[in-house]
Amino acid sequence: MPSIENWILDLWIIATASLVAASCAMVGVFLILRRQALMGDAISHSVLLGIVLAYLLAGTNTLWVMLTGAVIIGLLTAWLSESLHKLSRLQSDASIGIVFTLFFSIGVILVSLYTGHIDLDQECVLYGEIAFVPFDTVIWGDMETGTDLGPRAFWLILIVFTLVALSIAIGFERLKTVTFHPSLAVSLGINITFWHYFLMTLVSMTTVASFDAVGAILVVALLIIPASSAYLLATSLKRMLWLAIAYSQGSVWIGYALSYWLDSSIAASIAVSAGALLALTLMVIQIRKWIQQQHYAKQLQSGESA
Amino acid sequence: MTDRSAIPLKVEQLSIRYHHKPVLTDVSFEVPAGKTVAIIGPNGAGKSSLLKGIMGLTPVIQGQALFFGEPLDKKRLTTAYVPQREEIDWDFPIDVMDVVLMGRHGQLKFWQRPNQNDRDIAEKALWDLQMSDFSDRQISQLSGGQQQRVFLARALAQQASLYLMDEPFAGVDVATEKAIIELFKQLKAQGNTVVCVHHDLNTVHEYYDYAVLINARLIAAGPVDEVLTKDNLNKTYGGRLSLLNEMTEQLYRSQLNQAHDQD
Repeated sequence: MPSIENWILDLWIIATASLVAASCAMVGVFLILRRQALMGDAISHSVLLGIVLAYLLAGTNTLWVMLTGAVIIGLLTAWLSESLHKLSRLQSDASIGIVFTLFFSIGVILVSLYTGHIDLDQECVLYGEIAFVPFDTVIWGDMETGTDLGPRAFWLILIVFTLVALSIAIGFERLKTVTFHPSLAVSLGINITFWHYFLMTLVSMTTVASFDAVGAILVVALLIIPASSAYLLATSLKRMLWLAIAYSQGSVWIGYALSYWLDSSIAASIAVSAGALLALTLMVIQIRKWIQQQHYAKQLQSGESA
Repeated sequence: MTDRSAIPLKVEQLSIRYHHKPVLTDVSFEVPAGKTVAIIGPNGAGKSSLLKGIMGLTPVIQGQALFFGEPLDKKRLTTAYVPQREEIDWDFPIDVMDVVLMGRHGQLKFWQRPNQNDRDIAEKALWDLQMSDFSDRQISQLSGGQQQRVFLARALAQQASLYLMDEPFAGVDVATEKAIIELFKQLKAQGNTVVCVHHDLNTVHEYYDYAVLINARLIAAGPVDEVLTKDNLNKTYGGRLSLLNEMTEQLYRSQLNQAHDQD
């Protein structure tokens, strides 16, 4: 018999997953359009080092400490890979690969060195476990008498989601111009370096907030797949953002049902659903093209016979 | 306001290197106001690099460009740049109107949206390039010439006084070529200046008043009639003689035709 408490647990999990997926979809749109999908992958991994360092240095894992640590390391990843690319003339994707794997490995070593002090295990870092999200809650007041405000991960992603949505809403026109045509933006006097690092900040915040829920590997799926599906259909940047959010929410719902049915990992099921939706979209587009061709062929034939 | 009598573009001892390889060395010239100017030279002569260096899009190791007597940062809005078409992703989800509206972004703060006035200006720019019917079209559905006209409309919407264009005539259809020539006339009539990288020697006389010949260095700069001499062309295109002879011959013939036309 499912009790009310179980329902509430499910609700927290779905709410957290929805916000994670929506935030990832929004920043993912810009990563896809700017051809920086790999940078999303890189930052999502190297923020681990940021989290661990912030925790070791500050001694707490409050939300703001985690966010700051992740953003600093995220920006450092972006800056170092670009510098390495310029300095050494290595391919830019090779440079990104070098920097983020280095940061991630240092993070993994630190986690295993300080296992006793850090509330993080390697398994959780890689895969996340959204099913445990509701048990780590924020309590207002002191431990015994305070009010339980709900899962920490939920509040973290809610803050990040709000920041990302507001940033995109306010800076929409600028983000569009620097994404569509960087050199035009420069010629108009727009500081594209600022906007680049601004986007990288959003990516870092999004990935650190998604960490608890889906882990470093699957966050990449949420960054890239819904935005890619949207790219296939979108006719404007605004529509692409809405479509990506719609795809991400679809993936969460289908994925949650799938994991319930298979009794498997929620995060992995969500990623699989996102992939399935992308495949479905591609198929529909291909079928529509085929029907159109048939239609034209028929028209041509009837034109000849007439 | 921009002083119309000032020199719209003055390049002073500009040098550009790419990975230690000199691309342009010590290039200086001035462009007079209200003229159309061609930058010509063989492939790899540094024509596009010169334009990019002037616009601050590629680092210069020495020298500077002055716009109406001031550095670019003070004259951003009076200078419109039209890059080569290949630079962008034409599958980007955006329609023609939105691209043209980007020409207005220099005037807007980052949180502002284009208003009705900006839209009117963009519509007028599209009309001037005979692209009004395409304003709702996805840019992925445009032909090469139409893409070029969208870029030009965007520059026009910026309402600048100086226009720098990187090969606007490259790979366009006849209708677009005519539209660009019309645009040149219109801009000149308003006292504006147009500087273009150009690679077709045959049309230089017809389209431009002024020419800048470069091949890694400045060869000559001045009115087309004065600088397009056999000697200068030899210096610019040296080593490609067979091609060159053919070209100069064509050039003289077209000059001759023009002379006859004027009689």
